[in-house]
Amino acid sequence: MRLEPIANPTAARRFGLPALAVGTTFVIAAVLAMIAGADPFSVFGLIIHGAMGSKFALLETLNRATPLIFTGLAVAVAFRAKLWNIGAEAQLYAGAVIAVVLGTGALAWPSGVLLPVMAVCAMLAGALVLLVPALLKTRLGVDEVVTTLLFNFIFLLFVSYLLEGPLKDPMGMGWPKSSRLIPDARLPRLVDGLRLHWGFALALLSALAVWVINTRTTFGYEMRAVGQNVEAARFAGIPVTVVILKTALLSGGLAALAGFSEVAGLKGSLTLDLSPGFGYTGIVVAMLALLHPIGVVAAALFVAAIFVGADSMSRAAGVPTYLADIMLASALLLMVLAILLTKFRVRRD
Amino acid sequence: MDILDILLSASFWAAAIRIASPLIFATMGELICERAGVLNLGIEGIMVAGAFAGWIAVWAGLPLWGGVAVAMLVGMGFGLIHSILSVPFGLSQHVVGVGLTLLATALTFYTYRVVLPEVSSPPKIQAFQVYEVPFLSELPLIGPALFSQTPLTYAAFILAGLTAYVLYRTPLGLAVRAAGENPSAVAAQGLSVTAVRMGAVIVGSGFMAVGGAFLTMSAFDSFFFDMVNGRGWICIALVVFGAWRPGKALLGAVLFAAFDAFQIRLQQTPIGAVLPYQVFLMMPYFLSILALVVMSRRAEVPAALMVAFNKGER
Amino acid sequence: MTGAEPAQPVLRLTDITKRFGSVTANEAITFDLARGEVIALLGENGAGKTTLMNILFGQYTADTGEVEIFGKPMPPGNPRAALDAGVGMVHQHFTLAGNLTVWENIVLGAQSLAAMSLKPAAVKARIRALAEQFHLDVDPDARVGRLTVGERQRVEILKALYRDARILILDEPTAVLTPQEADALFATLREAVDLGLSIIFISHKLHEVLAISDRVLVLRHGRLVAERKTGATSREELAALMVGSEVSAPEFVAQSPGAPLLSLRDVSTEAAGTATALNRVTLDLCAGQIVGLAGVSGNGQGALSDLVSGLISPSNGEMRVLDASIDGWSPRRAIAKGIARIPEDRHKTGTIADFDLTENAILETYATEFARRGWMDWRRARAHAESLIDTYDIRCPGPDVRIRLLSGGNMQKLILGRVLETGPRIILANQPVRGLDIGAVNYVHSRLSDARADGAAILLISEDLDEIMRLSDVIHVISKGRLSPPFARGTMRAQDLGVWMAGHGFEDIANAS
Repeated sequence: MRLEPIANPTAARRFGLPALAVGTTFVIAAVLAMIAGADPFSVFGLIIHGAMGSKFALLETLNRATPLIFTGLAVAVAFRAKLWNIGAEAQLYAGAVIAVVLGTGALAWPSGVLLPVMAVCAMLAGALVLLVPALLKTRLGVDEVVTTLLFNFIFLLFVSYLLEGPLKDPMGMGWPKSSRLIPDARLPRLVDGLRLHWGFALALLSALAVWVINTRTTFGYEMRAVGQNVEAARFAGIPVTVVILKTALLSGGLAALAGFSEVAGLKGSLTLDLSPGFGYTGIVVAMLALLHPIGVVAAALFVAAIFVGADSMSRAAGVPTYLADIMLASALLLMVLAILLTKFRVRRD
Repeated sequence: MDILDILLSASFWAAAIRIASPLIFATMGELICERAGVLNLGIEGIMVAGAFAGWIAVWAGLPLWGGVAVAMLVGMGFGLIHSILSVPFGLSQHVVGVGLTLLATALTFYTYRVVLPEVSSPPKIQAFQVYEVPFLSELPLIGPALFSQTPLTYAAFILAGLTAYVLYRTPLGLAVRAAGENPSAVAAQGLSVTAVRMGAVIVGSGFMAVGGAFLTMSAFDSFFFDMVNGRGWICIALVVFGAWRPGKALLGAVLFAAFDAFQIRLQQTPIGAVLPYQVFLMMPYFLSILALVVMSRRAEVPAALMVAFNKGER
Repeated sequence: MTGAEPAQPVLRLTDITKRFGSVTANEAITFDLARGEVIALLGENGAGKTTLMNILFGQYTADTGEVEIFGKPMPPGNPRAALDAGVGMVHQHFTLAGNLTVWENIVLGAQSLAAMSLKPAAVKARIRALAEQFHLDVDPDARVGRLTVGERQRVEILKALYRDARILILDEPTAVLTPQEADALFATLREAVDLGLSIIFISHKLHEVLAISDRVLVLRHGRLVAERKTGATSREELAALMVGSEVSAPEFVAQSPGAPLLSLRDVSTEAAGTATALNRVTLDLCAGQIVGLAGVSGNGQGALSDLVSGLISPSNGEMRVLDASIDGWSPRRAIAKGIARIPEDRHKTGTIADFDLTENAILETYATEFARRGWMDWRRARAHAESLIDTYDIRCPGPDVRIRLLSGGNMQKLILGRVLETGPRIILANQPVRGLDIGAVNYVHSRLSDARADGAAILLISEDLDEIMRLSDVIHVISKGRLSPPFARGTMRAQDLGVWMAGHGFEDIANAS
């Protein structure tokens, strides 16, 4: 077989195939739910209800989407420049660590000063964590996929060390857990009485900012050029190394905001299970969004809804919550295939 | 215990060989894929799936070698998915690999919960036992290190030899090496690049799964969620370290495992008491990164690694 | 080559048609090939020659029509069947794996994949016998990655012969050879014909076609438009048949050179990977002159091109541009100095396939001309693209079209427009017409002639000796990173340049210095 580019794909092809990919994902999930002995329709009903059936559920979904928007943006920015940052998990924890270091009383500044400082420092820390693999890539040609993956393990062990040592909560009764942030270091709620914090608004603003960078600035143009054809970019005089390093800083910084927002907005302290793989799920989010920053917001909401819904479904129907992970992984694989087939036709010769 | 005592003890080398075994399986699997031109980042998830499949098959009543076969088949199934997406469709091997790792891991955990709901600790199986090779196991140092291992360890070393033989001494291996270097050379000689690459990914993935199964069926006797714990990524670094050659990759795996065994023992010495245990646990990952850095300038990467081949594209 | 009796055809193509989407690559093509016959398949780039041979060889499936080899119909889309039936193809872009040895490349695919051994001794003995019989000197144990282009082509031919090919197809086989190497190839082919092999020779070089073939088939726009006995046709007739109408290349008008705008004195570069580095090169590019660089590909053209482009800097010696030394040499500096750069590979280096025409048009100037303080001015960029489309006659749906969908000629026109619009003083043209049809070739050449008339200094790098000799005021030959002395226009014949291209003559320079 051979793939032949399509000059002008029809609307049916451009929208039908991705829809088919999502549909197939649900079929796979339905079959798996049946294997687990549940009625697939009631399982999907429970997922939808659990994700948005009540005000509480909806807020829970928005809260869950917040870190995913950040990590999704981090991955989207990096992948667009063909910088394969699989290390958003480590960068997220870097941001969380900074939030704890600065927010547990070390800086006794008013909220309006402290929070921006924490956010900026968190971004710097995340940027630095990704800068190392990025430098190894640009200087020595070491593939960043494996290095960023390995850094995830290293950094989590580092956090584990911090939580059992320097950052350990003296009142934690032996649990590896940090002290709680002081009230001034906590992100306030968006609306009084609703369990949704300013981290969500920051995530939306970040998506908007990335979109503006991508489409309106020379940096965005450079990132796309480097990602699409590094050789042509270099030949045209685009400073490729600088662009890759700047991309790494932006990507790492965005991922770190996820950790900052989780600690300062939601949890109030740092534990080793702060992220149930937000960094990895960010890859799914970014791919489902076709690396588009506004799409990332939509994809993050979708992914968060499935996770939150699956949690509550699992309690009610007894189908393991890992169904959500399966759905997302299949959606990712089927979606990249569907996108390919919107651009190419399969010919049998 | 002195550092020298550690290095001279047979139990240390026996542990190194034991720790190396799953890495050898998975490294050979990855090496076969990459030699054909496909980077298989599904390795981590395939190892998880293999670890579970082999173990649960034995728990369900199959003999041990039957469990190995089941693991291999499951791995080949995931390899089939990877190869369909990455070879004829030529999708980004990074995305497909990461996606497959997520899928294989999630499917494994899901199946575990469906098969074993409500268990607090996973059941144990009767794992592979040590088989003392007659005469050879009585040699000093080498005997306990190399010839008092489980059959799956012997299989790992045989696999490494077999991989080298097939790659360098048979027409099939020639086709695999050519497919990773210049796929049009393969196509021009009337062979199907798609078939060669898909075959390599499927078989390679099977070996990765057996590497995972080693953990549940030989190293331990049960399955835990985080048991693979980045070993797949380490194997990718080992392939680079081994310059895409089975012999060097085998050596790399053993050296790496020796270091791992060493750091475990070092933790029990006075030096170990000074440093937090996390430092020791980090070392394998740091070592992998170091290996990548050191080899990055020298290694001869297969020229068509990660390059999709679309017939008729010029 | 005469004397071949038209007996039963060894190969017969009947009514072959092949479409790619809306493009018809081959339409109703029918012809026979006799035993011991040499057919030349003549046509411009894009005329459908390669597609036709890929169908014959089973790489593509034809929409209609049939291929018969030795009277046996071939199953469509099966390269193995063609190979087994005795067809061997020497591809234009060699299909060799550089990490394997010569014998491994030759035996690849020739043995059963289920076999447990490669039987190297027997394989090598057979290769040596074939090499001797056909005078194809090459060491079976050498790694292909280390061979010269000429040696690689011999390996390609041996591959076909090893599998008992009775029909040899050669796709533009002389494109990368020196004239002397081409002569040696022709000698080998004559021996093959004497032994009863039949040959299809694909080329667009008329003198070769006239020298080697018995019969000429002319392809144009996918159709077989003419068939001539070689003895009964002429260069002029074939040229007209190939293009479909009389075409006139730009006339060369003599003019005296101005001051040197770019000069190299004893410049060497550092070796990078397998590419040949420059070795003490001295060169002057003067205003109003085209300097042609002849040579077999891979002899340092890439390094010289990279050097002028700003991608690499000299490791030794001095390079001066517009009478100033170069510090911090980079593509950006080169552009700022007014060097127009037409890269060798317009797909990989010259354009970004998934960028639209506007985005490609501003690749070199986005930061200086189309942005303010880091913010892009897309309106101006688009207007610029539109003006390039008009001025350079780029045929396309508009400035928003993805560049991937443009033909090679239109892509090259965009690159020309991008770099010439700024009125450059120095122009680097690396293989500017490779793969273009004659219309586009003439367009590019006349633009370069215009720039020369306007006083630009032009470095023209090409593997096509005809092109070099037709356009250049001065010719240098490059071999193994060394540069020959300048030869004035008209002082050297192709054969004379070929001696230098093969690496002879440089010893005297080395001794003299």
